[in-house]
Amino acid sequence: MYDAPTNNAEINVDQNEIKISARNVQVYYGDSHAIKDVNVDIAPRTVTAFIGPSGCGKSTFLRCLNRMNDTIDVCRVEGRIELDGEDIYDKRVDPVQLRARVGMVFQKPNPFPKSIYDNVAYGPRIHGMARSKADLDEIVETALRRGAIWNEVKDRLHAPGTGLSGGQQQRLCIARAIATQPEVLLMDEPCSALDPIATAQVEELIDDLRTNYSVVIVTHSMQQAARVSQKTAFFHLGNLVEFDDTSRIFTQPQDPRTESYITGRIG
Amino acid sequence: MSLGILSLIVLGLAGLGFFVGRARALAVVGGDGRKLHSLPSYHGQSVALFAALPAFFVFGVWLFVQPILIESSISGTIPDSIIPEGGALSLVMADVRRIADGLDVLVQSGSLTEAAIAELSTETTDIRALLAEGGVALGSDVPQPVLAAASEYRAMNGTGRWAMTGLVLVLAVLGLVVSLRRITPDLRARNISEAFVKALLIGASLVAILTTVGIVFSLMFETINFFKMYPAKDFFFSTVWNPQFRGGSDLGILPLLWGTLYVSFVALLFAVPLGLMIAIYLSEYAGPKLRSLAKPAIEVLAGIPTIVYGLFALVTVGPLLRDYLAQPLGLGTSSSSVLTAGLVMGIMLIPFVSSLSDDIINAVPQAMRDGSYGLGATRSETIRQVVLPAALPGVVGAILLAASRAIGETMIVVMGAGAAAKLGLNPFEAMTTVTVKIVSQLTGDTEFASPETLVAFALGLTLFVFTLGLNVLALIIVRKYREQYE
Repeated sequence: MYDAPTNNAEINVDQNEIKISARNVQVYYGDSHAIKDVNVDIAPRTVTAFIGPSGCGKSTFLRCLNRMNDTIDVCRVEGRIELDGEDIYDKRVDPVQLRARVGMVFQKPNPFPKSIYDNVAYGPRIHGMARSKADLDEIVETALRRGAIWNEVKDRLHAPGTGLSGGQQQRLCIARAIATQPEVLLMDEPCSALDPIATAQVEELIDDLRTNYSVVIVTHSMQQAARVSQKTAFFHLGNLVEFDDTSRIFTQPQDPRTESYITGRIG
Repeated sequence: MSLGILSLIVLGLAGLGFFVGRARALAVVGGDGRKLHSLPSYHGQSVALFAALPAFFVFGVWLFVQPILIESSISGTIPDSIIPEGGALSLVMADVRRIADGLDVLVQSGSLTEAAIAELSTETTDIRALLAEGGVALGSDVPQPVLAAASEYRAMNGTGRWAMTGLVLVLAVLGLVVSLRRITPDLRARNISEAFVKALLIGASLVAILTTVGIVFSLMFETINFFKMYPAKDFFFSTVWNPQFRGGSDLGILPLLWGTLYVSFVALLFAVPLGLMIAIYLSEYAGPKLRSLAKPAIEVLAGIPTIVYGLFALVTVGPLLRDYLAQPLGLGTSSSSVLTAGLVMGIMLIPFVSSLSDDIINAVPQAMRDGSYGLGATRSETIRQVVLPAALPGVVGAILLAASRAIGETMIVVMGAGAAAKLGLNPFEAMTTVTVKIVSQLTGDTEFASPETLVAFALGLTLFVFTLGLNVLALIIVRKYREQYE
């Protein structure tokens, strides 16, 4: 077993307890203003949930955090987003390296058309993280164990990843994201395509990941946000309406919009 | 009644059936369409189908069978004595048909009456001159039995035509009436009309398949004839291709097959890497504007007639390769060479590979790319390790399609690689391919029944089997790959 990925480097910057800080972030899709003036601080070793109605911009904002929006031509990001105090939109920052530090799990499980082993080994291979075959084997096994899927796939590591069930595929994608040892893990509605049992497994996994990573999760499920997160941000029509401890958001929301959304959904 | 008018009448009945059927369907439920199992227009369609289909079926079969029956009965009446020396019964029958047609023309133009025809005799009238007036030229004078046969032919044709017209009309009306009468609210007219659509679609695919089968058979019979005259062992294993019009030729397929494969290989060697790189650039790197301009521009290459490519090979590429590569290297002095044809053919094949691969690469879900980018992969890593493997089955298909085109190509080879059948490795030498030799064996003054001509069919069949094998191989590769990754 190798060490958990977010060890020394992160502890050094933990004095102010901020992993990612976003200031005055604006996002435009062509002419439409999708994200308006959002300020958020993501703490290390915390699960932060983004909630809000569909189309409120929470996924868009999430994709700003590892510059995935760069792949969309019409998308423009303004404002300042810092990872460990460094502006990630600085010209000198290579988005490829950034994404290695800020991993991402998508709404729909998207395993590559490769074997389970190759899916997990993909990231470590392109980042040259393994010195030998044995090294790589170990990284893959650790990632699959942390992804809580090892026991189900250990006997068929070389079967195609696309042959797994939906829940297994999503956990495989999570394992794939952990294998590159990111510092922050972004999850865009990771459970929306899963049944309740698989959802429970993934939620357990998220809670477990908190010991090493910052996790940011976009979710439509209020209960899920309440169960897995410590911090919750409520987005509405591109604005960040409220950002606070999860317990406070769900028990005594400050903004009437937050309250109506939460009660409307829960009640 | 002419065939066109008859068809129009049947179609008219069908059209009438549609409207009457629709109206009747509404009438049987008192105007409340919700009580019907099917929409009124489906009832209309089913009536129209019952009016038209049986009638047209009989119509078609009759048109096909009648000439065969009449020919066989007429040809029985022609005595052997009037079949000219060295000629054939079929020639006499052709005369019979032309005389009959000529008489029809004369009757229509009014210069001859039916009664006059019944009294025609070769003794009293010069039939040849008479028909020449009507615009029908005959090669020789008409003997009495042929004239009699022609009259008989006309009579039988006329009777057959009337019988057919009657039967078709009766069937159409019968179909119309019967299907109208059975309209009830519960009649599943929609299922009837959908079964018809299904049959239509099956029929359409059968046309394509049966045509292929027909092509194979037409090649097969001539090929069998060829192998009766020329030993198959020599054809398949002889390394000499040297047709002699006086007989005693060597007709070994190996030099031609080798030339075909060599030229195709060179062509693919150019087309596949270039085409793939173009496809990757267009689908992954180029902006939408550039792509919308560049893609059609590249596809223009596929629209250039191959003869124009041939000219390009003949006057530009060939001499260039000879002057700047072959001669300085001391490899040859011929401007026709495998390399010339392969290069030019490769250019022709680029759009096949690039355009298809581009579509296939574009069809790889964005989620795959996002997943890879999300792990910190660069664009080229994503393309090489995720996008291309996912697109591979389709890319293999595109390449094999290009290969089939290359193997079947003729014009570029004639003008670029020459016509010398040779077994050699030097790409600067002239060589030739199977298709070129098929053309050159079939065009010319040789007798059709000689092995030198019939070998074209054997070559064609071999080529067909070859490309068929290639396609089967492609299918196997694609399927195996799919099993693994989907």
